[in-house]
Amino acid sequence: MSGQQGYMKALRCRECGQEYPLEARHVCEFDFGPLEVVYDYQAAKEKLTREVVASRPQNMWRYAELLPVAGEPTVGREVGFTPLIKADRLAERLGIRELWIKNDAVNYPTLSFKDRVVSVALSRAREMGFEVVACASTGNLANSVAANAAASGMKAFVFIPHDLEKGKVVNSLIYDANVIGIKGHYDEVNRLCAEIAGKYSWAFVNVNMRPYYAEGSKSQGFEIMEQLGWEIPRHTVVPMASGSLLTKIHKSYQEAVKVGLVEEAEYSVHGAQATGCSPISQAFKEGQDFFKPVKPDTIAKSLAIGTPADGFYALKVFKETGAASDDVSDDEIREGISLLAETEGIFSETAGGVTVGVAKKLIASGAIPADDSAVLCITGNGLKTLDAVENHVGETREIAPSLREFDALLDSDKELTSPTK
Amino acid sequence: MPINIRIPTPLRKLTHDEEVVETTADSIGAAISDLESRYPGIQERLLDEAGEVRRFVNVYVNEEDIRFLDNKDTALKDGDEVSIIPAIAGG
Repeated sequence: MSGQQGYMKALRCRECGQEYPLEARHVCEFDFGPLEVVYDYQAAKEKLTREVVASRPQNMWRYAELLPVAGEPTVGREVGFTPLIKADRLAERLGIRELWIKNDAVNYPTLSFKDRVVSVALSRAREMGFEVVACASTGNLANSVAANAAASGMKAFVFIPHDLEKGKVVNSLIYDANVIGIKGHYDEVNRLCAEIAGKYSWAFVNVNMRPYYAEGSKSQGFEIMEQLGWEIPRHTVVPMASGSLLTKIHKSYQEAVKVGLVEEAEYSVHGAQATGCSPISQAFKEGQDFFKPVKPDTIAKSLAIGTPADGFYALKVFKETGAASDDVSDDEIREGISLLAETEGIFSETAGGVTVGVAKKLIASGAIPADDSAVLCITGNGLKTLDAVENHVGETREIAPSLREFDALLDSDKELTSPTK
Repeated sequence: MPINIRIPTPLRKLTHDEEVVETTADSIGAAISDLESRYPGIQERLLDEAGEVRRFVNVYVNEEDIRFLDNKDTALKDGDEVSIIPAIAGG
């Protein structure tokens, strides 16, 4: 392997196939198509066996041959390998035979799947010689860029919509990153960042570094397969903002087959959106192969991207894998968050409520048959979006530190001691 | 006041590295024709075979996506700012 490239061969346009050197560059000069990393799959296949993976530390870098960093990763070495939980109680409530939760709400260090993409983007940026990193974010990415940049001594600029949840803002500021609040929604932040990236020579993780960055999401798919005993799950439900995570989980399943880590199998990768920002699921339901941009209005701010960069490719994944896409209202999102918490003890952010709510719909409609097995991707932590649920979770019951008062409370409300659902 | 068009990095080879070019065209469609007359080859990079703005190109007038306005027919007036930006970013 070349020290400069690792297992990577080139960047290639997904549309026209034009190849480019492995630089900080994200679109094709000819048709503006997205650039993707091309790997030497033959070399990866020879190295990356199940035994080799099993012998490595439990983090996302155990699949390093299929991640776009040439040398040893220097940022986020402990990220990933989050729990895959068998969710029997939630399965019963949703009416499906077998259900699993991939819980990236406890990903290290900033409690969302974004630590995966950021550790790749920043490791790659560092080996390319960048000292300043930046991102356009709905919150979780900003947290992860800020934290991982701090831990590796890089300077960070994070650009976010000005009206994000307080938890997500504080979670960026604490790492002493430059946090720029843009008076506009995410799509406007993104447009501005594309212009800033053209002017300043920084590593913008989801602009000029996007071909590397996005690949980090594949590690979630690799982990799911390994944790299932090296099998592709029959159904996977993934929340969609830009649609990038969904397309990369699909890609991880294809690559695992290609390098011989799993047997080929039938699978479907379904997409979940919030109704208040559902350009991809609307296009799916209307049978279109391209989406119409929308102006987001939803409590699921982490998914509020009205012009999803990978929307077109997400729609292709549904077609290729016989999958479906649907969306849920703000009330259904809150119900989904509560249901996951009450049945499995997992407190997810709004995106998790979207995933649970849409899974419920897809199981009810038969798009995911009741006698099948499914994995739900939970991508972020509820402690960051307390605002979304704080008025919907009941209240603390206050009493004096007196046994008599506690007895009286139990007597007055039989619900307190009734069996859990 | 002229109308400024901000050119994205992938197209700057065609505009001889100019980041901002001026036009007096009265619509987005006319502005693209105007660009083509001065920087031959730029139109086919922006428009597909059917003459529509390519799937992976976003065009904004004063920060608003033309798909929320009148697409290629979106009117331009003196002092407007047009940005052409690759669609693939973010998320």
